[in-house]
Amino acid sequence: MTGRSGRAGRSRDPREEIVASAGLAVERGSVGADRAKQLVFKAFLLFSVGIGIAMLITLIVTAFIDGLPRLGIDLFTEMPSSTPGDAGLQSAIVGSIFLMVGVAAITLPLAVGAAIYLEEYADSERWWNKLVEINIQNLAAVPSIVYGILGLAFIVRGPLSLGPVVLAGSLTLALLVLPTVILASREAVRAVPDSIRQGAMALGATRWQTVRHQVLPAAVPGIATGMILALSRAIGETAPLLLVGGVTFITFNPDVDVSTWFGFESPFTALPLTIFNYLSRPQEEFRVLAAAGVIVLLIVLLAMNSIAIYIRNRYRKRLEQN
Amino acid sequence: VTVPPPQATAIPGSAAERRLGIARPRWGERLIEAGLWLCATVSILVTVGIVFSLAGPTIEFFGEIPASDFFFGTEWAPTFSPASFGVIPIVLGTLAVTVWAMLFAIPLGLGAAIWLSEYARPKHRRVVKPVLEVLEGIPTVAYGFFGIVFVLPLLVDIWNLLPFLPGAPNPVANVLAGGLILGIMIIPTVASISEDAMSAVPRGLREAAYGLGANKLQVSTRVVVPAALSGITASFVLGFSRAIGETIVVLLVVGLIPNLTIDPLEPMQTMTAFIASTGTGDIATGSITYKTIFAVGSLLFAVTFVVNMISIRLVRKYRQVYD
Repeated sequence: MTGRSGRAGRSRDPREEIVASAGLAVERGSVGADRAKQLVFKAFLLFSVGIGIAMLITLIVTAFIDGLPRLGIDLFTEMPSSTPGDAGLQSAIVGSIFLMVGVAAITLPLAVGAAIYLEEYADSERWWNKLVEINIQNLAAVPSIVYGILGLAFIVRGPLSLGPVVLAGSLTLALLVLPTVILASREAVRAVPDSIRQGAMALGATRWQTVRHQVLPAAVPGIATGMILALSRAIGETAPLLLVGGVTFITFNPDVDVSTWFGFESPFTALPLTIFNYLSRPQEEFRVLAAAGVIVLLIVLLAMNSIAIYIRNRYRKRLEQN
Repeated sequence: VTVPPPQATAIPGSAAERRLGIARPRWGERLIEAGLWLCATVSILVTVGIVFSLAGPTIEFFGEIPASDFFFGTEWAPTFSPASFGVIPIVLGTLAVTVWAMLFAIPLGLGAAIWLSEYARPKHRRVVKPVLEVLEGIPTVAYGFFGIVFVLPLLVDIWNLLPFLPGAPNPVANVLAGGLILGIMIIPTVASISEDAMSAVPRGLREAAYGLGANKLQVSTRVVVPAALSGITASFVLGFSRAIGETIVVLLVVGLIPNLTIDPLEPMQTMTAFIASTGTGDIATGSITYKTIFAVGSLLFAVTFVVNMISIRLVRKYRQVYD
């Protein structure tokens, strides 16, 4: 406990300030005041970290207390309805599953392709590649409601005119999470050591053979982690679906039939959308239903996050061992 | 087109075949590269798609409504008759919620980042970081639920308990509750990016300060924070951009009344809340209401675009300094 703060020089350069405060400490080090200051600061830091964790716990506890009366099997067997007594979440849950299958199928190839191109092929000094890179970073921070507008104007109506169906929802959400998955996949591809590439190429493999047989397999855990986290984001997205889906209560599951593209051409609702609808209603019973829905959503999310963290930790250990 | 065999043998069959350099153009390789290039280019197409889908109806909107009415009007009633298209109330609504959110998120996010980067033991870090990641991944509709059943009643209780507090919070929807929840939502964003920037500060700087007799508090606040300032600013800017774009929480907790007020205890309407509440499936394409959504959407996109660019620049800056 030596330093003394507060009275140090007002100069801008931190190094000078430290020199000044160190000098003061030798002259008159009041250990007591110093210790108090440090304690207050540390308490503030712990409070900052604690409040987030406390809120997370409060949120989960609130949802459980409110939703427990409705947390039963009929939540999954009953359809959403405007009469709270016999309303459930079945078509919402099934709809969300359909959406996520679509999102994964659209996002994965595009994101992996883009990541491989940017990491393995692209010359990052070229203006076009720079543009692509900045553009991806910017898209990752565009508000989700803007993707909703894109979905409404471009996918549901306008050029694609798919109507408010599962495929339109999947496409919108896929575009929304695409930048995040590209960024995560790039990290994964970049983490593959160069020696593996050089080894493959030295044995005569072409660029694509190197990527296909060496780089990609090594990057799979990282890509999987990114994809799962992106899906966990997509499954909770509500705002874009308000514009793309829109219809309040869908009381049927997507119809798996060739004529409806195995359900993807069918109107849909999603879990967060139904929770939102229930929350917007004034009756107390709907609030209970919404709480039960939040619990289902949180359990799915926690499961997905745990899987992602598990894969990441295993992968890290393996890389460290190499 | 010759496609390379899927299981190419690493060692060519005979010595005569072995040549350095390209023997023949590998069209398959080029085709694959072109395909990958297309994947990367899709992201550009998304931006182009966003800009085009926003631009068309926005231009039509300004063909019908004078730009000055939109940007300087103080009454927002686009679905009423007679309609009024002054965007200022909902811009201020967005701004009010965002400022309150940042007021909570900046000190707490920075505090969490300093703790994680400078104070926490590795054991504790390993627990807290995933928890913050989970907090970041909680869907907004869950936060909206939390706001309705917990935060709004809590504010009413606080005001009842402390009679010297001015005013009374609206129990159904108000700006303060929205700001509080958004602030909590943004803490993980601010904390994780700030922490990245602080971890990138070379150890030597810290050790030099300790060597001169500085304590942990001084090292954190006077060496690490100033050295990581561009990254920390980037985290604030990104948090700001998230708060501007947030939709569901403000829709449920801040309300839909385009109030022109500075009282945080009153409900307001934000740009995102307007878009989400008006742009539902049954809106008629080509109507003035439909075009209004796009005009507001363009404004939102333009603002977040500028803010994001600033944050990308700032992150680049700190990466350049210490990498």
